[in-house]
Amino acid sequence: MNALYSLFAVFALVVIALVGAGAAGMEQLFGLYIPWLAIAVFLVGFVAKVIGWAKSPVPFRIPTTAGQMKSHDWIRHDKYDNPATAGQTFVRMALEVLLFRSLFRNLTAQRFGSAQDGVDVKIRYASAKWLWLFALIFHYSFLVVFIRHWRLFLDPVPSALLALEYADTFLQIGAPALYMSGAALALGVSLLLLRRFVVPQVRYISQPADYFPLFLILGVALSGILMRYWAKTDIMAVKEVTMALFSLNPAVHIEGIGVVFFVHVFLVSCLIAYLPFSKLMHMGGVFLSPTRNLPNDSRARYHRNPWNDPNVKAHSYAAYEDEFREKMIEAGLPVEKTLEEAAKTEAQ
Amino acid sequence: MAWNVKPEELLQYDYKVPQKNWMDVPPEFKPGTWCYPAKPEILEYLNKATKGDFPHIREWVPTDVDWKLPEDWRERIKKGFRERLDKYRSFKVFMDVCVRCGACADKCHFYIGGGDPKNMPVLRAELLRSIYRGEFTLAGKILGRLAGARKLEEDVVKEWFLYFYQCTECRRCSLFCPYGIDTAEITMMARELLHLVGCNINWILEPASNSNRTGNHMGIQPHAYYGMMEFMCDDIEEITGVKVNCPVNEKGHEVLFITPSGDIFADPGTYTYMGYLMLFHEIGLDYTWSTYASEGGNFGLFTSDRMMKKLNAKMYAEAKRLGVKYIIGGECGHMWRVLNQYMDTMNGPADFLETPVSPITGTRFESAAGTSMIHITEFTSDLMKHGKLKLDPSRNDDKIVTFHDSCNPARAMGLLDEPRYVIQNVCNNFVEMPEDTIREKTFCCAGGSGLNTDEFMEMRMRGGIGRGNALRHVQQKNGVNTLATICAIDRATLPPLANYWAPGVEVYGVHELVANALVMTGEKPREVDLRQEPLPGME
Ligand code: SF4
Ligand code: SF4
Repeated sequence: MNALYSLFAVFALVVIALVGAGAAGMEQLFGLYIPWLAIAVFLVGFVAKVIGWAKSPVPFRIPTTAGQMKSHDWIRHDKYDNPATAGQTFVRMALEVLLFRSLFRNLTAQRFGSAQDGVDVKIRYASAKWLWLFALIFHYSFLVVFIRHWRLFLDPVPSALLALEYADTFLQIGAPALYMSGAALALGVSLLLLRRFVVPQVRYISQPADYFPLFLILGVALSGILMRYWAKTDIMAVKEVTMALFSLNPAVHIEGIGVVFFVHVFLVSCLIAYLPFSKLMHMGGVFLSPTRNLPNDSRARYHRNPWNDPNVKAHSYAAYEDEFREKMIEAGLPVEKTLEEAAKTEAQ
Repeated sequence: MAWNVKPEELLQYDYKVPQKNWMDVPPEFKPGTWCYPAKPEILEYLNKATKGDFPHIREWVPTDVDWKLPEDWRERIKKGFRERLDKYRSFKVFMDVCVRCGACADKCHFYIGGGDPKNMPVLRAELLRSIYRGEFTLAGKILGRLAGARKLEEDVVKEWFLYFYQCTECRRCSLFCPYGIDTAEITMMARELLHLVGCNINWILEPASNSNRTGNHMGIQPHAYYGMMEFMCDDIEEITGVKVNCPVNEKGHEVLFITPSGDIFADPGTYTYMGYLMLFHEIGLDYTWSTYASEGGNFGLFTSDRMMKKLNAKMYAEAKRLGVKYIIGGECGHMWRVLNQYMDTMNGPADFLETPVSPITGTRFESAAGTSMIHITEFTSDLMKHGKLKLDPSRNDDKIVTFHDSCNPARAMGLLDEPRYVIQNVCNNFVEMPEDTIREKTFCCAGGSGLNTDEFMEMRMRGGIGRGNALRHVQQKNGVNTLATICAIDRATLPPLANYWAPGVEVYGVHELVANALVMTGEKPREVDLRQEPLPGME
């Protein structure tokens, strides 16, 4: 159900673009104004969200330690799983952001045997790197696709980009040559979607907000692929639009570009405008997670909590001794005040 | 009524998910899955001691239809929610960034051993997140369920009470989450919100109140505490022939030693306690115990940040009063989470203390330069490395030992190899449990975070399956008969767990094993171990 809602939502967006930019001829709106609006929403939304997070302090250092802490010289320190310094923490974060370190750890718990086996039932853990692999395929191909698109916004196209394109079409399948990143993106999204359909637990926790971005990105990828290989689009005309987009020049006259282009651009616009309000903000949040981005050094260095309340105090020793003085003296435990002294203070 | 469900019955569960959306599945309060509410007299005391942190005191039971929530309960929760979002970046970020990838799902011992989908950490957090969306995000307000949001109803509060007291704050889920989302952190927030509307459990608040008043969670008064220590000293003398010193509440020593009070009170923790007395005596440590700060554990951690700070503040207060140079902390799990990640921030800087230096080996503990508090296994492993202890590990030869990493030293500190080094110096037979169940991936004893109560036994045994099954594995494969721990709660929770899932395995503290092997100056030929059972070869 949740998946269907999301699929319909993405279809609806496609239809809006088809009707708007195709039948109604609102190319200007779909080619320029909506993308501008989307970028504006994205920038404002993203910055607002990050500022919102940053406004809340980090009162305590709570890294999840994933290995041996820094201890005696003769005990091997797991520097990057349990960092003690800022530098080591940086490496931990880099491993997390670039290589998805935590997902790489993934295991699956399996139960073998029947209830009748009682204590001899077997619970085993198997390495489960599928999610890690799918995520890696998805994110990296998305990154390459994203970078590749900069050729549309830059004139002349930098040689690094050309090199990337060259590498990306290295296999030389079809004409024009297939971008492996595009295919990998579509594959990655499909695998992630499939996982949500197939694994019952994951299906159970999935919400429309989980399917929607996947369908949306799939739509983006498919419309892009469609444009390049089948609905051949005049790339020069497209570049005119994208350059206008980038130079904030509304005067350009859009003409002679197939409708698929507008579908593609509209879906992308929806995606970036939606991003700051969705779980896709994990791309920013991952950097701010206090269980990952802090060194495990709070025994060595003082860390201040801005809202630490000085009025929260221990039940005082004096009050404690007052309550138990007699018994303490009787047991031979040292006290601050003798019974006479205490009686005197009380009398005052 | 004692709980006596056999493993064969307990195992009749599977990982199938219900047809219904989880939001439509109401919470069910079955016996053995929830803890008793806090007693009004306990709450009265705490509310007074904290000037109002425990409002809305009343008699109630979770199985009641009407929980007698305060009239303005919605406003209290919303306000409390907002305040905590503004106080904790962790909370705010964790409310926003979960992608529901499910990597955390089968990492929780309660899910593995029970199959209830709301024990998947991701859904546990969604219980709170759905309200966050419904109350604090525009999309949630407009789209409702389509945006994963729902309304704050009484059933939600009930569900929170059930599932946030079915989380032991063990952080195993956090290890596997790509964004480090820590359900323990979310559980802490939820429990604080529940306090605002008068829903809490006795097994946490009674110990908290005892700790506040008597200095330890067992409620042992100073003279009785001292009496128990003297009693132990007599036992030690009987076993070893050595009369150990027993300094309590004394000023002018170098070191203050603090350990959980559970170990003075109940077996097998008492043997570990005796182990400390023997070790410190043998090396001639210039130290003292304290009855005022006679609790290492901190039930405030399971209550609220304010309660945690209040209870923890005694340690520095006492160190200052007694004029010591630094503190050594005993074997305990969550105690070390507090000491490592919270103490200095809450009650420091401890500028009246010094960087710990071992008086025996001269080792400076730079990693504790700020808190001036070191873990007993850091201290003991250093003694052993320098060959300062005379040890006879053959006295533990009847034991095939494995080691249970407690959640907090593992995932909130990283104290992994120190205890292993200590054990391997005093035991000849040591084996590890399967690697996915130890070190940072260790499984909870399923009684942490204040849930080690008898009325919760069913969930404890379910959650205990991770540790229990790994233990069973090495019991059969390697003949393991001894489970060593560095946690006082473990010493209370693991014996029934081992008895249930790996019958025949006994639970030991690491310093009990140390004391068995420790050759003391002037001791008589030892015939029995600390449990007064014959040593190997003496049967
Ligand atoms: S692993 Fe993290 S992101 Fe994935 S479902 Fe669990 S909490 Fe959410
Ligand atoms: S902290 Fe531990 S008990 Fe709580 S949800 Fe995570 S794995 Fe389960």
